[in-house]
Amino acid sequence: MVKVALIGAGKMGLSHFAIISAHPEVEVVGVCDSAAFLTSAITNQLGVKTFKDAKKMYKESKPDAVIISTPNSTHFELAKEALEAGVHVFLEKPLCLDPQQGKILSEIAARNNLVNQVGYHNRFIGTFQETRRLVEAGCVGEVYHIEGKAYGQVVIRPKTGKTWRSKKSEGGGCLHDYACHVVDLMNYIYKTPSKVRSAQLQSIFSADIEDAVFASFDYDAGVTGYLEANWSDQSYRKMSTTITVYGKKGKIVTDRQELRVYLSPGNTFEELQDGWTSKYITELQKPVNFYMRGEEYSAQLDQFIDGISGRSVAVETNFATATATDHIIESIALLGKG
Amino acid sequence: MGLQRILFGDNQFFGVNHMSEDKARAQSMRFRDTESIMKVLDNAYDAGIKVFMCTTYDRVGDIADIVKSNPDRYPDFEFYPCMPYAHKYANSVGEVGILETLKRFSPSGVLGTMLTGAMSVVTQDVNKMLRLLVDAEMKRFEGVKTPVIFLQNVITDFILGLKGYQFLVEFHRYVQEKYNAEAGFITMNLPLLIKVLTENGIENPIVCANINKIGFRMCGGVEAYKEVIAKNNARVVAMSVLASGAIPPREALEWVCGLEGLDSIVFGASSKGNIVQTKQLIDEFWGL
Repeated sequence: MVKVALIGAGKMGLSHFAIISAHPEVEVVGVCDSAAFLTSAITNQLGVKTFKDAKKMYKESKPDAVIISTPNSTHFELAKEALEAGVHVFLEKPLCLDPQQGKILSEIAARNNLVNQVGYHNRFIGTFQETRRLVEAGCVGEVYHIEGKAYGQVVIRPKTGKTWRSKKSEGGGCLHDYACHVVDLMNYIYKTPSKVRSAQLQSIFSADIEDAVFASFDYDAGVTGYLEANWSDQSYRKMSTTITVYGKKGKIVTDRQELRVYLSPGNTFEELQDGWTSKYITELQKPVNFYMRGEEYSAQLDQFIDGISGRSVAVETNFATATATDHIIESIALLGKG
Repeated sequence: MGLQRILFGDNQFFGVNHMSEDKARAQSMRFRDTESIMKVLDNAYDAGIKVFMCTTYDRVGDIADIVKSNPDRYPDFEFYPCMPYAHKYANSVGEVGILETLKRFSPSGVLGTMLTGAMSVVTQDVNKMLRLLVDAEMKRFEGVKTPVIFLQNVITDFILGLKGYQFLVEFHRYVQEKYNAEAGFITMNLPLLIKVLTENGIENPIVCANINKIGFRMCGGVEAYKEVIAKNNARVVAMSVLASGAIPPREALEWVCGLEGLDSIVFGASSKGNIVQTKQLIDEFWGL
């Protein structure tokens, strides 16, 4: 059994708690959070030991691994503490607010031979995985442009935000919440941009943070990219992310449910004919052992446990890939200030 | 009354399609107003499907009002509410946090008082909080028949994952006591859920899960599902039998109707033709 502890029992923390607790090879040995109403409910109702202090939890519960889902500004210190205690770390995205810190974490993890993973769950969605495969295999020919967009409704009226997500100093805002997912997905499907050409951050309802992000990227050999993220768009019931890859032989438009390939006349690839073809999540998603809110949330934690058990060597979306994402986020933040 | 065999679902009305955002958008435009939803429900009712299994969206209250005020038109109309409408809570948690969300959606500020005034009350009695949330969700169904009340899969599976099984037991007990209804549990982990419910003293539970020929969102796999359904120690409702359209209707229904031990099927459709055709196919395969 792998002994797992959690730090942070908010929205993502509780979600990870339920999924990891259902894993047949995992025992949850402790939960650390500052909110008394949550920790006492967890202790009394679920019989899991709770803590206010992570150091104490490592000492008493001796976990093999920790899942950290806390406000973004706390990621570095908490992850560093865990790695130095010899504990494998799964950290919610984004990795750190300063990419230099991500680099330090990456080095400590490598030195101590610890599994390190960041919660970029889109990399575990079948449609996006298939898009990456198709792009790499040259399905649409030479790529000349990639677009990533994410919309949803998190902030839909002025001055209602009361959590860390609405405070810049704690790493709140659409850039570190929505846009980082898009950047990471674009990095995964194509590659990391060489440069952020321009960026704009817009506050729609919020006072202290941006609600929308617009940015353009340069890649090697004149390839361009464009990103748009907006968490104040009520036309979307929940977060919706779309990636479009343009190549000289066609294009691929992908969201969570559907992958649509267009091949220009005369081009074919594998079983794909020219014109439009749709592939659906129903045929592309690998099954998981326990489903709660999307296969990707289970699959990423399954991989974390596989990494710890030595079954999987390379962990997708680790501190190194997440640091690359942090660098782009930092450039967008700097340019976006104007 | 008992669990009915053919149930009408609601995904098509509320912009939910697991395969295509475009289809979902088109549907949400078509069903902008309650009247257009009611026309489809009329078609289903007249085709002999008397149960509307629906998420507790605010708009469902308008439908309940119509059914309530027309008892001659809808003498046998039953609702199977599925609670909660989770996105409402999830979006709110992202915006204002867990504590504020509980206050925001609690009935008449009772919970707000509890949470701010006496924190210990909440922590000692999570069950009481759950009962208040059930009551809040059930408010819009006052005066209509709700013989089965379902817990949505994201909540069932959340509790299943946390191993907080006492909450499933309490939900089962409370809807019986307060609403004279049977509890139903929607899940994506059917074999695990049936095992947990029966081990915790809920005999022959009503459960609902994705059950389709291609195994889409069936944790444990098709064979494990077939086996557990055939055991006949739970009343099983199949949903997503067409896997959002990935399987042709006749093939999908023939397969699912052929499963030994399956009790009910819930399906959604928008056109009268599709409703009637699906109903006829199920009748044919089940010999109804």
